Amino acid sequence: MVKKAVRSLKYVYLGLMILFLYLPILYLIVFSFNDFHTGRRVSYANLGLWKGFSLQNYATLFSGEAGQALLLTLEIAAISSVVATIIGTAAAIGIYSMKKGPRNLVLNISQLPMVNPDLVTGITFMMLFAFVNALLTRLSLKQVGDMTKLLIAHISFSIPYVIFSVMPRLRQSSDLLYEAAMDLGCSPMQALWKAVIPDILPGISSGFVMALTMSLDDFVVSYFVSDLKSVLSVYIYSAARGARGVNPALATVIFIPLVTLLLVVNLRRLRKEREYEIQNKKVKLKDKGGK
Amino acid sequence: MKRKYFAYPYILWMVLFIAVPMLFILYYAVNVNGEWTLTKAWATLSDAGRWRILWLSVKMAFETTLICLVLGYPIAYILSNMNKTVAGFLSVLFFVPMWMNFVLRTYAWQAILEYFLPNLLGMKNGTLTGTEASVLMVLVYNFIPFMIMPLYNTLSKLDKSLLEAARDLGANSLITFVRVVLPLSVPGIVSGITMVFIPAITAFTVPALIGNGKYHLYGNEIELAFKTLSGQGDFAVGSTLSLILLLCVLISTLIMNHVDKDQQQGGQMW
Repeated sequence: MVKKAVRSLKYVYLGLMILFLYLPILYLIVFSFNDFHTGRRVSYANLGLWKGFSLQNYATLFSGEAGQALLLTLEIAAISSVVATIIGTAAAIGIYSMKKGPRNLVLNISQLPMVNPDLVTGITFMMLFAFVNALLTRLSLKQVGDMTKLLIAHISFSIPYVIFSVMPRLRQSSDLLYEAAMDLGCSPMQALWKAVIPDILPGISSGFVMALTMSLDDFVVSYFVSDLKSVLSVYIYSAARGARGVNPALATVIFIPLVTLLLVVNLRRLRKEREYEIQNKKVKLKDKGGK
Repeated sequence: MKRKYFAYPYILWMVLFIAVPMLFILYYAVNVNGEWTLTKAWATLSDAGRWRILWLSVKMAFETTLICLVLGYPIAYILSNMNKTVAGFLSVLFFVPMWMNFVLRTYAWQAILEYFLPNLLGMKNGTLTGTEASVLMVLVYNFIPFMIMPLYNTLSKLDKSLLEAARDLGANSLITFVRVVLPLSVPGIVSGITMVFIPAITAFTVPALIGNGKYHLYGNEIELAFKTLSGQGDFAVGSTLSLILLLCVLISTLIMNHVDKDQQQGGQMW
């Protein structure tokens, strides 16, 4: 009796916490179907008054600033994650073959952007670019624009995540692989390309995914780095503080693909793990039977 | 070609865009418009109002961390004791919101607290934003997955035979929990606390959107210094404030490392 009560209490608690986590997202999705017309004007400021069903919010979602911000977000995320993956993978291979002292030094400095609060990373980039732009103006050269600034910042905070996903893979992979490839007549570049890279590919791809999500998810660094045009989260912040509010349909178009992607990836992983476990059990049973 | 050369582009990048920018905090704190001076930094340091804001931020970050720990530990514990497949699925459910743009989620809370809940409760023209409780709640909302994740990782890797051993030796489930599970989960608790406390001190989005101007925290003070003060931002004030912040972060990291080390050396907490 008591045990049963405790068990159902557990589920009630989990359920309530899940509700708490999803409540604001569901709230926006529900209100994305609301009619926000006041006369002929549309204002999202009063995001709590149900006036009737409408699909208008989806039609106007990407017209204007929000659309430009989304486009820039995707562009920055795509470019910065590819560049970060290339620099980061090369760096991991290089750092791995260094002597212990310099290797630890480089790895420790690489952790800096990961442990630094976003706010500090953001303002350091802001100051760096302010300094560089002041210098460029004095030399009467063109200033560094928002796109370049955002790219440099995003690449910088993504590289360490790539390095730290590739590193464990390199440790697992044998150094002999590289030597063997060279013994078989590969040049060092070919050995890397044909033997080492395929072996550490899972680490590279998870590093790439990390870099991509870090870039898509970033608000604080982008907010401090950019002046005029910026990414979606910065647009949301300024719109939320302004009088016009934010189109709640944004929540739907971010949330639905995200959930689908995460569920597919994780369910596949879970299924694989289970298959692996079942196989292990079978092997164990066989071993026992053999004895 | 030696393989270590592959690290050189990165090392150059790191020096230019990670190490040098950090030095700019120091540079701008003592250099105002090309002149070396300590007056601005000193004026910032001796402003009592700013110290009050720092104290409020540290207090709220502490409260946020504590609530996250108290609410998050049971979740991680329940999940770690479940059937693996169910737990895997449920943990994904808990971490999905983390990947959704947090500014948008905070904006949703703003709408809920400003319009939806007051309407529901029949408060006329009332708003629930601008209270300490609402700011705390949204901070907890934003950071609790970062507490659950390391706790869940630690608890699910716990060696179950230790629990059986404790039970065989006559401990009931409460004693087993207090003397075996809890001490063994300290590494998870430590990394959970660091993952919540440091971002919580520097949070400025939540107070800006939920605080209604009344809960101006240290992060907002830095934002204000860099983005709006004297039109283009006042780097001297902002840098000095950031240096103090970095000092706080450093101290809390050192404390947490110390706790973690004690635990690993086999020191007992209880």
